[in-house]
Amino acid sequence: MATVLTVTSGKGGVGKTTTTANLAVALALGGQKVVCIDGDIGLRNLDVVLGLENRIVYDLVDVVEGRCRLRQAMIRDKRLPELFLIPAAQTRDKSAVSPSDMVRLCDELRPEFEWILIDSPAGIERGFRNAIAPADMCLVVTNPEVSSVRDADRIVGLIEAEEKGPARLIINRLNPSLVRRGDMLTADDILELLAIELVGIVPEDENVVISTNRGQPVALDGTKSRAGQAFQNIARRLRGEKVPFLNLEEKQNFFSKLFRLNRSEGA
Amino acid sequence: MAGWLDRLLGQKETSASKARERLKLVLINDRTDLTPEALERLKNEIVTVISHYVDIDPNNIRIDMTQEGREQRLVADIPIRSSGHRR
Repeated sequence: MATVLTVTSGKGGVGKTTTTANLAVALALGGQKVVCIDGDIGLRNLDVVLGLENRIVYDLVDVVEGRCRLRQAMIRDKRLPELFLIPAAQTRDKSAVSPSDMVRLCDELRPEFEWILIDSPAGIERGFRNAIAPADMCLVVTNPEVSSVRDADRIVGLIEAEEKGPARLIINRLNPSLVRRGDMLTADDILELLAIELVGIVPEDENVVISTNRGQPVALDGTKSRAGQAFQNIARRLRGEKVPFLNLEEKQNFFSKLFRLNRSEGA
Repeated sequence: MAGWLDRLLGQKETSASKARERLKLVLINDRTDLTPEALERLKNEIVTVISHYVDIDPNNIRIDMTQEGREQRLVADIPIRSSGHRR
């Protein structure tokens, strides 16, 4: 029976789609059967991030409105036969699907998969409600900056109010050298403010841009890049493994070196 | 948190610490739906009401919004002046 995992953030542009794509890939690489659903009707992008844009025939709205069977809208990733995508419609809007449609759709998918990943659109309106309606677990993606942390807090509150909590946190695009200089919020700062459980920290990594250009999520290359490694780690944590966090933000001064002697090195 | 170390060593305020402080205030505001001015008025009214009943020193009062997990809490520390009935 699948776990439905919704990836959301409130603010746009923090890396929801990149996170969804890479977690789907990392889980599938680990032998899990995964389907991801693009919840961003009208502004779909999960298809291009996964590199599956040329294979779309039917979409989510076609399924909901009965123009095709669920199976016909599922695109199988040829690189990873256990990974599927249900794309969003591009020419419709969020109101074409309701929260109960999403619940029904996921219930139909559950017996066949281990993971159903839903990429939520930005915002707190219909598209967000659709995305969290069937969720067993919500992942909130934030960047280490004021506006996205603020929006994450709002989303965490809404997830709790919908009884879909507790939400779990992914900090994306953390720049270790800015953190070291004192010019970027640390993971600890964000955790203290949001007071939710952390599932992963993804460092800023140019490989994400390069791989997205090619339509090949970084996680496909396993642990070759820092971001790929981070997504792999998150996927393992989601499966219940205890994986230490990447040690990205230590200050390189005498005291932290001293402290580090007593600490196990994370990776 | 290595922030306390910096403060101990007297380093200048970083942009990250500024971001942290601003976020703290913004989140209180968002979570409680109280503007900073409303919070200030609330504090003043609490002090006024309490002073109707007991003698308090307005200069030693602390009323702060604190965070515990995801809950906001209004914490008041209001020392009461001795009334002179000492044992």
